[in-house]
Formats: sequence, C-alpha cells, structure tokens
Amino acid sequence: MTYDIIIIGAGVTGSAAARYLSNYDARIAVVERAEDVCAMGASKANSAIVHAGFDAAYGSLMARFNVEGSRMMEPLSKQLSFDYSRIGSIVVCMDSRDMPRLEALYANGIKNGVEGLELLYGEAIQKIEPKIKSSAYAALWAPTGAIICPFALTAALAENAAANGAEFIFNTTVTAIAKEQGLWSVQTDRGLMRARAVINAAGTYADVLHNMVSRRHIHITPRRGEYMLLDKSVGSFVSRTVFQLPTELGKGVLISPTVHGNIIVGPTAEDIMDRDGVNTTAAGLELIREKACLAVDDVPLKQVITSFSGLRAHEVSHEFIVGEAEDAEFFFDLAGIESPGLSSAPAIGKYISEMVAERLGLDEKPDFIATREGILDPKRLSSEERNRLIKREPAYGRIVCRCEEISEGEIIDAIRRTPGARSLDGVKRRVRAGMGRCQGGFCSTRVMEILARELGVDIAGITKSGGASRLISGLAKQDKTAERG
Amino acid sequence: MKSYDIAIIGGGPAGLAAAAAAYDAGVKSVVIIEREDSLGGILNQCIHPGFGLHTFKQELTGPEYAARFIEKIERRGIDTLLSTMVLSIAADKSVTAMNRTDGVFTIRPKAVILCMGCRERSRGALNIPGYRPAGIYSAGTAQKLVNIMGYMPGREVVILGSGDIGLIMARRMTLEGAHVKLVAELMPYSGGLKRNIVQCLDDFDIPLKLSHTVVDIHGRERLEGVTIAAVGPDLKPIAGSEEYYPCDTLLLSCGLIPENELSRAMGVRMNAVTGGPVVNEALETEVEGVFSAGNALHVHDLVDHVSEEAAAAGRNAAHYVINGESTHAERIEIELAGGVRYAVPSIIDPSAIAQSITVRMRVAGIMKNKQLSVYINGQRALSRPRPVMTPGEMEQIVLTKKLMDSYESINSILICAEDREDK
Repeated sequence: MTYDIIIIGAGVTGSAAARYLSNYDARIAVVERAEDVCAMGASKANSAIVHAGFDAAYGSLMARFNVEGSRMMEPLSKQLSFDYSRIGSIVVCMDSRDMPRLEALYANGIKNGVEGLELLYGEAIQKIEPKIKSSAYAALWAPTGAIICPFALTAALAENAAANGAEFIFNTTVTAIAKEQGLWSVQTDRGLMRARAVINAAGTYADVLHNMVSRRHIHITPRRGEYMLLDKSVGSFVSRTVFQLPTELGKGVLISPTVHGNIIVGPTAEDIMDRDGVNTTAAGLELIREKACLAVDDVPLKQVITSFSGLRAHEVSHEFIVGEAEDAEFFFDLAGIESPGLSSAPAIGKYISEMVAERLGLDEKPDFIATREGILDPKRLSSEERNRLIKREPAYGRIVCRCEEISEGEIIDAIRRTPGARSLDGVKRRVRAGMGRCQGGFCSTRVMEILARELGVDIAGITKSGGASRLISGLAKQDKTAERG
Repeated sequence: MKSYDIAIIGGGPAGLAAAAAAYDAGVKSVVIIEREDSLGGILNQCIHPGFGLHTFKQELTGPEYAARFIEKIERRGIDTLLSTMVLSIAADKSVTAMNRTDGVFTIRPKAVILCMGCRERSRGALNIPGYRPAGIYSAGTAQKLVNIMGYMPGREVVILGSGDIGLIMARRMTLEGAHVKLVAELMPYSGGLKRNIVQCLDDFDIPLKLSHTVVDIHGRERLEGVTIAAVGPDLKPIAGSEEYYPCDTLLLSCGLIPENELSRAMGVRMNAVTGGPVVNEALETEVEGVFSAGNALHVHDLVDHVSEEAAAAGRNAAHYVINGESTHAERIEIELAGGVRYAVPSIIDPSAIAQSITVRMRVAGIMKNKQLSVYINGQRALSRPRPVMTPGEMEQIVLTKKLMDSYESINSILICAEDREDK
C-alpha cells in the first residue's frame, strides 16, 4: 500500500501530527504497534499537565512549542471536545538559599513569553494554594498552567484525524525502513508499506527508527517516571498544580488535581535500559511518599487507588528533535519528545504538518472537518435531558462502572468510535470505566461482556490491552474436563 | 414513581432481611433498590455450602440461602427495583436513582436503610510494585467469572491475602482444574475463618505462608509470575527472602471495604475503624431515620449475622416510621480497651433497648485465654470467657434490657478483652 505519509506511533505526538496533516489532501497512515492510541509509553502515563512554559530553556524548541502549545490547548479543547482546566501552577521554594533558582525560572519564563508570571512571598502563597506549607519561602505562580486528560487529548486528535481520512493501523510493528525508488519502504511485521514521507513519532523507539535511515545517530534513554493516583474523596486536597523547586537534593515531585477530580503525585525520574519498562518499583513508590510532603503537609497518600509508571523519551541533548533528518530526505523526526511533550503536542503537530505539506506540495482540503464531538457524558446533562436520552437509548440508564458512574451507553460510544476501544484499557482510557476506586473489580466483567457483544467476538478473546493480555483462559468446566483427559 | 415509607438501598442479604422485618413490623410500603438484575447480592456467586447454620440449622449454598429470603420478599409482595442504581441520597432522605426504563427519578421515603455491602481492596490500593498485566483479579471478581459466567481466569494461581473469599477461591480454582500454588498472607495470622483454612487449604494441600507478601509482579501483557517475600514484624519485606513463583493468575483477597459513598455524600458520620456509619442501639446513623446494616455497616464473617442485624435495622426503621421520630434520652459512647478495635453499635441509649441488643466487635490480634467483659459505670457488669479470639472472627456480646434496668443511671459503658479470671 502506498501512502503520501506514514506516521509511526499513535501517541499524542503522532496523533497530533495526523490531525493537523489531515487538513491536507494526502493519504495518511498511522502505524502503531499497540492495539490502540495512547496505549503505551509517554502519552499514557505522565503528569497530565499543560505546562505554562517557564521551565524549558529560552530559545529551545521545547520552550517554543511549549508556550505555543499551551496557548493552543484551550481553543483546541473546545474544537475537539476534551476536558481542559486552567487551574494554574505554582513552584514552591522552601529555602531562601534556593532563591536564585526560582528567580532564574521566573526570568526564563518571562523571556519565553509566559503570561501572568508572579513571584510570591509569605501569605500570598497560601492565598493561591492554602495547602502549601507556611514555611515556604517563596513561590512562582503561573496562572496559565492547566490540566488535561492525556488519553482524551490523544483520542480526540486521532478521531478527528480519522474523520478526515487518516487511517490508523494497529498491532503493527515497524521492523525496517529504507529508501527505494524515491519512496520510503516501511517494513512491518504485517507487511510492506510505502510512502513519500515518513514521520517518526515512535517515542522511546524513535532513535531506533531514526538510526535506520540516518548516519547522524540520536540516542534516546527511556526515563521512567512513577506516579500515584489518589481517590476522589481527597480530590480537592490541592486546587493548583504544586511543583517543588529542584534543589541540591534533586528534583521534587508535583501534586496536582486531575481533570477527573483525583489527585496525582509524582513523578520519579530514573534512566533505565528497557524501552518498555513501565513497571513500578518499591523504591520509586517509596521515593514518592518521601518527597510528596516536602512542600505540602499531610498529603493523603493512604487514599492511593493506583500507581503506574510512564517512560519519557529522553534524548541526550534534552531537546526536541523536530524536523527533516539532514541526511534522509522526507524522513521527519518527532523525537526526544519528553516533558513538556504533552503540552507541546498541538504546536508540534501543526508545525510538522506545515513543513511536510510544503515539502510534499500538499494542498489544504476544502472539506476539512475541524471539530470532533466528544463522548457524551450524561452526568453533565440536566435530569430532563438525561431522561430524554435514556428514553431514546436505554443503555444510558444502565450504570456499568459504579465508582465513576459510567453507563453502558458511554461504553458503547467508546467502542463504536474510529479508532475505537478494543480492550478493557481502551474503554477505561476513553470513558473511565474501571478507573475509579475499585479499579474495575466491579465493572470489568461487565465491560468484557459489552466489548464481546459490540465487537462480535467470543468473550475469551477480550483482552486487557491487546496482544497476549487475555483476561480469561477458557471455560471453567471445560478446563476441568481437559485436566482429567 | 410510587412513594414509599422505607427505601432499602441494596438487595443483598442485608437488604432482604431488613425489608422483610420492616414489613412484619407493620410498615407495608417498602422498596428494595438493587443495581443487579436479581436479588441476593454476593450470595448469588457463593455456590459453596456453609450458609445458614445459625439461622436455619442447615448447610445451604449462597443462592439457596438467598432464595429463602427472596421468597419472604415475594410472599409479602414487597416492591423491588432491579437493575437500578442509586445515584445519591439527599440529607432529607430523598433517594435519586436511575434505570433503563424509568430514567432518573427521586423517591422521598420516611426512612432509609443503607445495605450496600462492601467491595474488595484493589491491587492499586495495596501498592504492589511491578507491571500491570492481565491476570490480576480480586478474589470476588474471579469468583464471579468462574461461578456465574463459567470462565476460568487462569490456570497457575497465586493468592495474596487469606480473607475468606480468597480461601474459598483457592478451593474453587482447584476443583475447576487450576493449580493453586500458594496463599500468601501479610499478617502473622489468617484473615479468614478457621473452618475455611481447614476445608479450603489443608484439605487440598495448598500451602499458606503467613507473614509473606507479593513484592513484584512480572509480565507485560499476561501475568507471568510474582515475587513473594517474607515480611518482618514491621510488615516490611525482608531482603534476601524473595522467591519467584511463575503463575498466570494472581487473586487478591486483602480486605473488604464497606461501600459508603452514598452515606458519606449525604452527611452520615463514619467510623474510621469499621469504614461504616456510626450507629446507635437502633442501628440508626447520626442522620435521623437513616439506618444501616450488613457489610455496609461493618464487614461480617457470617451471613447469618448479617441477616439478624439487618432484621433489627428493619424493625427499628419501621418503628421510626410508625412513631414519626427517634427518641433518644441518652447517648453513651461505648468505650473500648484491651485490644477491642471497634464495637457496633457504638452509641447506646440504655433506656431505648426494648429487649436486648447484640454488640459486635473485632479484636486487634490473636488473643488466648481471655474474657470479654462489659463494665458499666466502672463496674464489671458481665464477662464471657474467650479461649481464643482472632481478628478474622467477629465477637459479640448481648446487652439485655434487664441488665440495663438494674442500674439506676448509666454514665459509661466499656467493653474490653482482659485476662481470664476463672481458670
């Protein structure tokens, strides 16, 4: 199959590239080794923050895309219907000796063009966030900091791209890339694909792909970040994203509300060898517990409902690599997209789409669909509207996930989308069934039944997250019979 | 929607017993609201025998036990709303619920009985490090898969936690042809009933390792194995004691948590130890006309006790509806000592005890040669020998009206475990 553009990787960066490129008249394929968008690596597990942009070094691509992405995010959230909440972020400096660092952040932010930055002292700090320790010396307040749901952003971008003709090809791993007769040959474990241009958005594998076509090697280190998620009952513990100013003793952890009303605490930062090493560790979780209370007292860590870990694709230069490889024409890298990658995704997507369109001479589509309708959340309807909906579609009257109060109607919607949910995790990431305090103990069997029915497959084929992640091993009585021979 | 005098939230064993008792006590306008499509609650998936020994002097399975109560409901013509989820209960006791046919609706009962049961502690809440593959189930979810849906979660099984459901599932999985390699328990004692240890583990040669826990989970897609380690007295893993167990299934039976989201949201005061509402001798919460019973109130070992407790709540709710108010002359908070962790009820008005009340409790550790004593006004009022007490087995003491009436006034009630004196 020959495409104009093959995007490798359906994380937030690849999906953003697809979305903005789908504005042009081109055949686009997004190839993803997992079974879904946003299913592994960095997009799946991060702080879910839209950084204001004061941290990234002035003059860097990181700074440029962060600030631009942060500005794009709110209007985009309305266009593509995903949750966005500008709660602001605050960096806490506990010790006057660390003030030069805080002042440097402030100055850097001003140079980056971040709006509304303010240095706060004394009680002004607790006015912004009462939970910050009164012993805090100073703080940097960034009112443009925001929170989003990374799954929702990625799904929104991908669905909008698909609505505009981009093809998502899952469960497909790229094994080799080579130039043949002026086209890129992309060899996968499921066959050969060709394209005029390739966009490398492969996260922790982006260096492997890049180094297949370029002699100017890049090197990506998977940097693991572990997190804890706290129950909604303590969801109002803080109302801003609270960062700890890095000190001689290292980087701190952040504490932030999420758009869904939980509290997130993390991350750790540990360079590892394994590009898929998304396991949590006893040491990492312990470190979070230790650091959580440095700037804020009595973080309710007993209310943890889950812990998880994500990988940041850290490039040695600590800079985004965005653009055409110097010695590989029409091979475009979106590599080294670590923090603030989520914040930057829309800006990176827009930038690369314009670059690729120009290089390939693509025209804008007259019929581009710029908006996407989100999955209907009946909780946001009035009782009357909700009752009309249930009368029309009774599935919205059946609650499947009690913790998050998710109805069957929402789950069916998640499955029927393109690209839609194919697994328990796919459903969970789109509509939160199983993401609450019981962690799917109650709803997972129900969601499995709905998935099997909607997809027209046997329930034994339903997985947690694709691949070999089967949830059941067979029929109960049959297993026993087999055992007895 | 019809109006009702009493709304019972949950149609499991507690809700069923409460409804029948309320009806028999004179309130005919009762509704049970159940989120599943059938009554019976968790009993429906408990297909093993052992239920009803106290109540019916017979060994019944869970569904058989439930059927006896469902029959009572049907005979009395008590209304039930199935496949209906209660979304909220307001402070004025109006109950907002939803289902496929009626949509969102509100009923305004005079009394509410909270019988929502409990849920299992999840892997996330346990903070077990490692990967998050398929194949990790709470024991109850696995029980539903096997007993209700007819599917096996896996073949090579490790169970963490020796709660009763975990023990029952060790036997069930074995009977279904799976290989249960180990039950690991963090504490130095089992959280389950002695009879389940014998009948579910010993009889099948399944090893129980006390003071052991899972310290790592391996496998990226499907579970491949777990690392088990011994823990010290501080419950922290002991370095060097790690052992790898290949397995495709990890079942968790690490504690049950009363489900009280609705109770909390409506402003019911909670007991930090039980995870259930604070109740008085009438099993009434601190919101007047709102009662609680069963595992939503505190986690029980035996369904017989749930039924008994819920029937009392049902009678008391009926009494409240008929009289129109709660009358409480006094409020004595039961004091605890000697390792008694909690008592339910925890608040007593001695003059309000009609005949007798049962106070249920658990102790903090394994205790031998003790007696459970009640002190009234600082004087020992009664004492019951207890050769062995464990946290996994609920204790109870009956306080009679006769005993209460023998005091001119009561200022304090203390329950304690103390050394046995009649040896």
